[in-house]
Amino acid sequence: MSSPDTATAVRPARRLTIARAIAEAIGQEMERDSDVLVMGEDIAKLGGVFGTTTGLLDRFGPERVRDTPISETAFIGAAVGLAASGMRPVVELMFVDFFGVCMDAIYNLAAKQSYFSGGQVTCPMVLMTSVGGGYGDAGQHSQALYATFGHLPGLKVVIPSNAHDAKGLMLAAIRDPNPVIFMYHKALQGMGWLGTVQRSITDAPEGDYVVPLGKAKCVREGEDVTVVGLGLSVHQALDAAGRLAEEGVSAEVIDLISIAPVDRETVRASVRRTGRLLVVDDDYLSYGVGAEIIASVCEAGIPLLVPPQRIAFPDIPVPFTPVMEHFVLPNADKVAAAVRQMMEVPN
Amino acid sequence: MNGASNASDRLWMYATMVKSRHFEALIKPAYFEGKSPVFNMAKGPLPGEMHLSDGQEPCAVGVCAHLRPGDTITATHRPHHVAIAKGVDLDAMAAEIFGKASGLAGGRGGHMHLFDARVNFACSGIIAQGLGPAVGAALASKLRGDDTVAVAFLGEGAANQGAFHEALNLASVWKVPAVFVIEDNAYGISVSKRDCTAVERNADRAAAYSMPGHFVAGNDADAVHAIAGEAIARARRGEGPSLIEIETCRLEGHFMGDAEGYRPAGEVERLKARDPIPAYRARLLADGFEAIDLDRAEAEARAAVDAAFAFARAAAYPDPEEAFAHVFA
Repeated sequence: MSSPDTATAVRPARRLTIARAIAEAIGQEMERDSDVLVMGEDIAKLGGVFGTTTGLLDRFGPERVRDTPISETAFIGAAVGLAASGMRPVVELMFVDFFGVCMDAIYNLAAKQSYFSGGQVTCPMVLMTSVGGGYGDAGQHSQALYATFGHLPGLKVVIPSNAHDAKGLMLAAIRDPNPVIFMYHKALQGMGWLGTVQRSITDAPEGDYVVPLGKAKCVREGEDVTVVGLGLSVHQALDAAGRLAEEGVSAEVIDLISIAPVDRETVRASVRRTGRLLVVDDDYLSYGVGAEIIASVCEAGIPLLVPPQRIAFPDIPVPFTPVMEHFVLPNADKVAAAVRQMMEVPN
Repeated sequence: MNGASNASDRLWMYATMVKSRHFEALIKPAYFEGKSPVFNMAKGPLPGEMHLSDGQEPCAVGVCAHLRPGDTITATHRPHHVAIAKGVDLDAMAAEIFGKASGLAGGRGGHMHLFDARVNFACSGIIAQGLGPAVGAALASKLRGDDTVAVAFLGEGAANQGAFHEALNLASVWKVPAVFVIEDNAYGISVSKRDCTAVERNADRAAAYSMPGHFVAGNDADAVHAIAGEAIARARRGEGPSLIEIETCRLEGHFMGDAEGYRPAGEVERLKARDPIPAYRARLLADGFEAIDLDRAEAEARAAVDAAFAFARAAAYPDPEEAFAHVFA
């Protein structure tokens, strides 16, 4: 460890949005590795609708930073061919909701290239895509779909809850020899035109570091209940935990970070101590992240003080009008209320 | 005949067509082993669907005569002729089709999912699926500044898929060294091209994407060779993609076991009377090739296939636990 004096002298803390962190990671990796290139709709001149490629066109030029036609089937398919040829494409699917026009390239080509070739051909590509609602964009621009992608073998799927993790995860994702679906939540992205949870704007080292794929992280320690979240719901869990602490309830919060592979052991270790489990996510409820996490704990035979609970988006399309959308979206109040109820049930 | 093909290419094309046809000839009895008296696709040493390439060999050899191991091919669910012409390891290919441990993918892929990284060959099972990856491989060539090309094979039915139109547009906008080769065998399973395609010639669709479109009539290896040579050379020069539509024919059903009730009476007999392989042999003889040379090339081709099938038959099945390997790199 360096002395406090040296640390402050070397590097004052920065505050980055997730968007800035993603763009910085891609840029650094493009400097380091000439095989990395970026493709997608509005990612060059505009710098990405959600800011993920800001500044890259000026630094690396149009050969390596490519605006595509609105042809997701073709350009995501092309990314598979680039990856098979030894390049490392980072492609953006502007909204995850758009997967319907290109899923074949994702789950039948990218996800199966290593398997069908017996390991001869890898698929080192990153598909970054925005998820989540809460801003009145209705049901074709507001879905989360974690479980849809997490369900398919051959894909790694991650979502950061803050800028530090976003940068390290993106560096890890580009270097990984497998297809990585890199989701980012619009409510955390730090766009000037879209509200942002301030806690997602964090310090991030300027240099090179990775946050490993496939690992969850305990972001608040507690004794009474384990609350598992990912992306936005990590912040809802943290907000709720702060309030619950004032009421004398100690909630541990796990940031899942990785949807696939899912880090079952970190969750199990926490629940072994707390004996209570609540999972919060904004994807559709049925067959979702919550079900998977709860099954992981139950299958391990971990004794629970109360039945495990989940909060998720109900099994309905995302409605437009804010009174309906916010009625059904998870939030910190719902998390706190669920925990209170779990604490009330007699042991 | 077309004078563009040189003698060594022509001999190679003939031998490779024979090799491909013999490969399919050995598949047929093996496929029906264990499937009688009641046909059950799950039974026998070759379970699952089987799409044979009999009749379509001129498309594969006319194109692949111009390709090198570093060039990429993405092929279709009917891939054997193209794989063989691209130089995919014959033993490992046969073993893969038999689901053996020494197969290209250790038995994980089967006949619709053949990969040989040594010669940059891949094929896949869904219509028009390989076109995007071919554009990507071609873009990789362009970014690296080498003169390799990527060729996507597709059937005429694939020209009605959205992926076809997106990929051609993207290839043209980015001016990548890609060549799209339509093997028009007139049927998408049972539906004839004229019942489902708004244009008479798919080659005409190239105009919509500002690239040359070529139509090759007559299922003729020399004619394919001439046009493919032009398109591939153009791509290598960095002048962009081309579309080639080849009139070919499917001498077998869509898959083995297909009753082919959708064919007009006598169609298969008429097609077999114009089988491109004996026709090509006759042309080579007329052009001065010696029968003894053709016989020798034929014998070598058959022997290589016989050896590959013997290898595949004798090979061990994988340990079932191997199912869990290679999901991730």
